[in-house]
Amino acid sequence: MIATARLYLRKPFAGTLASPMLLFGVAVILFWIVVTLFADHIAPYEPFEMVARRLQPPSWQHWFGTDALGRDVLSRTLHGARHSLPIALVVVIFSVVLGSAAGAIAGYRDGLVGSAIMRLVDVTLSFPPMLLAMAVAASLGPGLGNAALAMIAVWWPVYARLMRAQVLEVREREHVEAAIAGGAGNARILLKHILPLCWTPILISATMDLGQVILLAASLSFIGLGATPPTPEWGSMISDGAAFFYNWWIAFGPGLAIVSVVLGFNFIGDGVRDYFDPRSR
Amino acid sequence: MSHYIFRRLVAMPFLVLGIVTMAFFLTTVTKGDPLTALVSEQQLNNPEVVAAARQRWGLDKSLPERYVTYVSNLLHGDMGTSFVTKRPVLTDIAARLPATLELVIAAMLVGTTSGIVLGLLAAYYRDSAVDQIARVFALLGSSLPVFWIGLALLFLLSVHFQILPGPGRIDPRMTPPPPITGLMTVDTLLAGDIDGFRSAVSHLVLPSLVLGWAVAGTISRLVRANMLDVMAKEFILTARAKGAGELRVVFRHAFRNILVPVLTLISYSFAYLITGAVLTEAVFTWPGMGSYAVQAARSLDFPAIIGVTIVGGMMFLVTNLLTDIAYVIANPRVRLT
Repeated sequence: MIATARLYLRKPFAGTLASPMLLFGVAVILFWIVVTLFADHIAPYEPFEMVARRLQPPSWQHWFGTDALGRDVLSRTLHGARHSLPIALVVVIFSVVLGSAAGAIAGYRDGLVGSAIMRLVDVTLSFPPMLLAMAVAASLGPGLGNAALAMIAVWWPVYARLMRAQVLEVREREHVEAAIAGGAGNARILLKHILPLCWTPILISATMDLGQVILLAASLSFIGLGATPPTPEWGSMISDGAAFFYNWWIAFGPGLAIVSVVLGFNFIGDGVRDYFDPRSR
Repeated sequence: MSHYIFRRLVAMPFLVLGIVTMAFFLTTVTKGDPLTALVSEQQLNNPEVVAAARQRWGLDKSLPERYVTYVSNLLHGDMGTSFVTKRPVLTDIAARLPATLELVIAAMLVGTTSGIVLGLLAAYYRDSAVDQIARVFALLGSSLPVFWIGLALLFLLSVHFQILPGPGRIDPRMTPPPPITGLMTVDTLLAGDIDGFRSAVSHLVLPSLVLGWAVAGTISRLVRANMLDVMAKEFILTARAKGAGELRVVFRHAFRNILVPVLTLISYSFAYLITGAVLTEAVFTWPGMGSYAVQAARSLDFPAIIGVTIVGGMMFLVTNLLTDIAYVIANPRVRLT
């Protein structure tokens, strides 16, 4: 009883703002957003040009050293944000939109379309995502755009399942019954009376997924199915570094970038979840 | 229960058929031409060679025809012939499956045991240094790209400090044992080759640690959260009041109550392990299904990549079924219908 009372008394942001992890996450992601927007001005060198002797270890001139073509690894890492961050956003947004739409239809109407959608979801989710993404990406051919398509193809069913469960629950509530009695059409009921109450778990899950999508994109590029040379994408830079194994610094910079972005998104995701669902702490 | 298992087994071929259909639908929109995997670059302009290759590999047939052929072959246990190795895909996969299984089993063992131990310690010594270390360990596990940390540890431990061996499954100067089970650790023992066994185990340490890390992290968080819930229950107080020792309280009274969620997560992590194995194998040049898949994907070897996806998916489906059965054993209140 006291515990529930305390829950209601919690100020909206109490505990969330105080969480140093969330703050750290926001700071890291803000940093990378700034880098994405102003990479041209921040990066000390041109990312595509030979600016020094090849395979130089880190020095004051080149903090992360130079790669096999004499390009500055730091500059390439900073420019890499321009590929990884937008890709993660695009994949998650498209998956959320597509998955929510499919899930909402399947949840609202149990008919043929609905069960066809859910069978497709079942099939997709019963395979390990990376293998499926590889198969799709290989069919589409290399390239970052195709990798993004492949990731959307394996990611949307997650949100479809979530959304369907939400809609199934909300459509039984009394205000929906009232809307039906009031003569509202299907589209109006779904859009105005059901969907607004369904977004929270989808948003939480989307924030938590951003980091995982960055990892998946980098993984696809690492095995040669994402970005193609000379694109400074983090996964393919690490793949370059693996070919020059003894020059460890080539892979170090982009790896650090991936880890910091993923950590940042994970911290934010945890914070968002704690805010909406205080019991999970 | 048997009815439930039967239904799940019946559903499995349909799921596989679903994935085959999806893969075939995707190849219609493909831009990459598999001919580049079949014909050398100089010959691509030679219409006769190209036509012969198309006919030889059935690429001249229409998509529906190819689909029907593939599915009926699959029903006979034939996954087609790899464009690259020119061998039956099933033979290729069978030759490489044991290496992947050995890696995944080792990673699963490392991941679950260290995850459970860390989680129990973190819950028991809540908010202590152990708890904080476990938290950071788990966070890193889900944030580090396996292919990067694999390279980094390989460089540090193998090249720089020379504590562990380099990539591969066994010392390249040794003669590998005759393959009986295909598991290098088991085969060396069966051959009575103790040095070989030692080499095989030491080659397994780093890849399984890298692969098991993320699993250990998520399991430790789940164990911690559930243990904190259970340890606050009254029956724990009762057990203590009756004079049960701490070890007995933790393992006999508390831990048994969290087995069901832990089992679920272990099953889920299997999907992650197959995914991670692809990348780990690529880094450690581990001759398993994962590196086969990477090679197939890079060279647009469709029969091979569809084959790997089907086998990987089936492994995943079977583990999920086994988990459901394990539920019933772990928790008699669960009824499968």
